[in-house]
Amino acid sequence: MDMKWLSWFASYENTKPLALVILFVTFVLIVLYVYGSKKRGERLETYKYMPFMDDESESKEDKK
Amino acid sequence: MAVTALSSTEQYNFDIVKKFSIMTMVWGVIAMTAGVYIASELAWPFLNFDIPYITFGRLRPVHTTSAIFGFGGSALFATSYYIVQRTCQSRLFSDGMASFTFWGWQAIVVLADISYMLGHTQSREYAEMEWPIDILIEIVWVTYLAVFVGTIMRRKQPHIYVANWFFLSFILATALLHTFNNLAVPVSLFSMKSYSLFSGVQDAMTEWWYGHNAVGFFLTAAFLGMMYYFVPKQAGRPIYSYRLSIVHFWALSFLYMWVGAHHLHWTALPDWTSTLAATFSIMLLLPSWGGMINGIMTLSGAWDKLRTDPIMRFLIVALSFYGMATFEGPLLALKDVNALSHYTDWTVGHVHSGTLGWVSMITFGSMYHMIPKLWDTKIWSQKLVGIHFWFASIGVLLYITAMWISGILQGLMWRAFDQYGNLQYSFVESVAAMHPFYAMRAIGGMFFLTGMVMMFVNVAMTIRQARGEAAELEAKMSAKMVKSGMAGA
Repeated sequence: MDMKWLSWFASYENTKPLALVILFVTFVLIVLYVYGSKKRGERLETYKYMPFMDDESESKEDKK
Repeated sequence: MAVTALSSTEQYNFDIVKKFSIMTMVWGVIAMTAGVYIASELAWPFLNFDIPYITFGRLRPVHTTSAIFGFGGSALFATSYYIVQRTCQSRLFSDGMASFTFWGWQAIVVLADISYMLGHTQSREYAEMEWPIDILIEIVWVTYLAVFVGTIMRRKQPHIYVANWFFLSFILATALLHTFNNLAVPVSLFSMKSYSLFSGVQDAMTEWWYGHNAVGFFLTAAFLGMMYYFVPKQAGRPIYSYRLSIVHFWALSFLYMWVGAHHLHWTALPDWTSTLAATFSIMLLLPSWGGMINGIMTLSGAWDKLRTDPIMRFLIVALSFYGMATFEGPLLALKDVNALSHYTDWTVGHVHSGTLGWVSMITFGSMYHMIPKLWDTKIWSQKLVGIHFWFASIGVLLYITAMWISGILQGLMWRAFDQYGNLQYSFVESVAAMHPFYAMRAIGGMFFLTGMVMMFVNVAMTIRQARGEAAELEAKMSAKMVKSGMAGA
């Protein structure tokens, strides 16, 4: 089987712009995922209350 | 988001968190004492006393290892085990494995410190341990990963809180870094000595890929995990923006991996690698400041807490130092600035602005919050917490100011030429010029150490007080039971 196409990846001139495109697109997708939808944004923001979920038990312990 | 009622003391393994918290205090005192001593040796060399075991070269890795892995590592084990349990609402995956990580980790730091004093080192910065200790680290670290991932997998919450993402990123990255940086062939089975798999500039590149990511993942990402839990808890309000924390996490985790080569500007390293590292270092400013702003803005609308709550002061000042250090880092990564700053005390000052200002301060704040909760009591002396804050702040400011002046002076003296093109100063003249600043740095360290000792005493007294309260409660309960028993008869 001819594997010559693999040598394309051995050249920095090819892989540097390829890596740039892949990584930049990934970053843009993450930002779009996080800020692109109002509904999803609201859901994500609800997770910020997670550290306070066990406050009830903490206050019970404080009263002991 | 599911909400589950908890009875935390039975549901969670806090015993392991307590053990690591105590060792954080112990290693803090040891590491900072070693630091003050070696700083004093530089200012007053007679302190070497011609004893090889305590010369600067041997005590310096004792200081860095005790500080990063003893103090910082124990604090990270303690807080990550605490946070993952509380935010996943499930007990640690395995108590036995968690206990193994405790004894294993303490053994590693003790063995490393002893071996350095005896003169054993593989001469890789922040990874001076010889190969048998490296293997022990690998085993303990994989166990830590298994405990952490296992706990996340049995979580009762569908979502994984962002602090755990940072901890997981730190554990995975450290495993990767430690493995590849320590690839070596031992001279023999019974020899401590080994030879690196890499040589020349590749070896230097591997070392600094590890070295800077030790800062990036061990001393930054993991402590950001601490920040994302304890700042909201102490402030009593949620993090400013959860969405920003997600972008912060991905951007930081991705960018850090590329910047190590900025430690090797103007060396045999290819120029493009050096430029790549400098570019990524500049980009790193954005997520770093995004995270800092996210933490500080959590206090938005409750700024008065800074006046009344010394623990909050520790946490917010830590974030301010994080912001300062992550501005200074990209600046030092610029090739032209680096030409002046590299090999000078400016770098030492920069590192301590991060380790004392950010890492230690966020640890102090988090421990002051967590320790009374672990022992179900109140802190022994709130006033002492406030005094500690001022000692730590004065100490770190004295330290970094001394190193800024000393470093820039050093750099300028080394590159100064006279009218004939000869070097204007001999090396020893630059050393003599450093002396007042070395003394100033040692005094700054003494302030910081004094604060650490205050914390040690405060924590010890808090634990003692908790034991007293528990004994008192038990006595009351048994008296009540006896009374009700007599009434029944």
